[in-house]
Amino acid sequence: MRLAFILSEIASGLRRNLSMVVSVVLVTFVSLTFVGSAALLQMQINQMKGFWYDRVQVAVFLCGEDYGSATCAEGAVTDEQRDGIREMLGSDAVKPYVDSFEYESQDQALAHFREQFRNSPIVDTVTADQLPESFRVKLVDPEKYEIINELFSSMKGVDVVVDQRELLEKIFSMMNIASLVAVGIAAVMIVCAILLVATTIRLSAFSRRRETGIMRLVGASKLVIQLPFVLEGVIAAVLGAVLAAGALWAVAQFLIEGRLSREYPGTAFISTGDVLLLAPALVALGALLAGVSSALTLRRYLKV
Amino acid sequence: MIRFEHVTKIYDQKSRPALDGIDIEINRGDFAFLVGASGSGKSTFLRLVLREDRATRGSVYVAGQNVAGIPSWRVPRLRRGIGVVFQDFRLLPNKDVFGNVAFAMQVIGKSRAVIRETVPEVLRTVGLEGKERRLPSELSGGEQQRVAIARAIVNRPGILLADEPTGNLDPATSVGIMNVLDRINQNGTTVLMATHDDDIVNSMRRRVIELDAGKIIRDEAVGEYTTMIPIIKADGTRELQPASQAIAPFDTEEDDL
Repeated sequence: MRLAFILSEIASGLRRNLSMVVSVVLVTFVSLTFVGSAALLQMQINQMKGFWYDRVQVAVFLCGEDYGSATCAEGAVTDEQRDGIREMLGSDAVKPYVDSFEYESQDQALAHFREQFRNSPIVDTVTADQLPESFRVKLVDPEKYEIINELFSSMKGVDVVVDQRELLEKIFSMMNIASLVAVGIAAVMIVCAILLVATTIRLSAFSRRRETGIMRLVGASKLVIQLPFVLEGVIAAVLGAVLAAGALWAVAQFLIEGRLSREYPGTAFISTGDVLLLAPALVALGALLAGVSSALTLRRYLKV
Repeated sequence: MIRFEHVTKIYDQKSRPALDGIDIEINRGDFAFLVGASGSGKSTFLRLVLREDRATRGSVYVAGQNVAGIPSWRVPRLRRGIGVVFQDFRLLPNKDVFGNVAFAMQVIGKSRAVIRETVPEVLRTVGLEGKERRLPSELSGGEQQRVAIARAIVNRPGILLADEPTGNLDPATSVGIMNVLDRINQNGTTVLMATHDDDIVNSMRRRVIELDAGKIIRDEAVGEYTTMIPIIKADGTRELQPASQAIAPFDTEEDDL
């Protein structure tokens, strides 16, 4: 009976305050969408890190004809120099740091290049002798790049040593900045949401002061008087959170799974599964925000 | 049933106390009028009984319990034992007569079956049978006050507080309301009624407690509304004073005319 009564109170409260409830739904929707995107961006970064760090290598590029660097002054790498580098990579001094390495000839380099840029017209203009031959070195610990750099970059026949991880770090730092911006916007929007919930509950308490006054006088418990108001805020916020989760799911489904992962099959993307993991957290966050904010408001504006 | 021991209530340190050292006891089954000018402390008295406010000094006992000692989560229980009726009825305009009375039972978790059984019974007590489905806007003032009384007693409180229940009603309707209150009192409910209505007090011949400036100046088992008489002071100003303090019993100037 009491439950049915509380439910009917909530329903009448939501009806009476419809425009405010809609605004609470929208503001929580927007703010939690930003919270969710920040979280998804972080997930994406972690996933890409895991994926790429397994694959990235240190590339030791060898000299070709007329390369500008000091170590290439004597022209293209000789067979002797190449063997020396190969030997060095297999030597006891370097071995502990190297997981594996392989030689990539100019023809292989062209094949890789063609595969990577197969959608681009540049492919047809590139020939094998424009690409340097290289040793692809996979390190046990990618952080130890400096050691390889020091050992090989001064060797004759080596043009340059490139740490591919560094390139990735740049991308990741861009993504980190994007997620920080999302967090910043989310923070502002959450403050908006909290204040809006507080205002809504205040209005609601004011418009129902007759009922609550009578409830007080006939001895209704604090719970029965306040719960409809708190739940009103929580329901609106949860609705917003569900919309936010839905929007993120749609992005993951149609944009990421539908397009990005098809266009870039070589890259790991977050999936809708990740969004489903995130959704309960968003709903809980929305409910918590509204619950705390309305409970605090009621303490001030609804005497019991 | 209600006992005040040396109760003082100060709202604001600068002005005089709203109640000033009140000592009084209202017994179970009493019917008492609380009279006095506006600002004499009647409303404060009722608020202290309901524990809307706490006494600054002294103790208020309701049904043997010191209300200041009740933790806030137990206050609803105290209020379930007290019915309240106001001058402005305070009905819910969107609920019908039955709904208004049932509301008081719903919010304290009474079952639907109990409500369906009790509400018509109470409506009969206040003389509203057959009007269950009317909205407050479709009722006369007297009928609206009957609904308010029904709502106040539907949970069978031991005490009924009435704050100017006839303040908005004409004399004939007021008599009807007083009959309802009297009937409720006959059933054993203690009734305390704050009022300005001298006709009612004079004709009912019940206990009268008179407050003036926060003090009890009169408490008679069978009293009249006022024993105040106008006094003309030496400087020509006119003032009402209790008969016991008055020097001259009548306004001499009027006698001359």
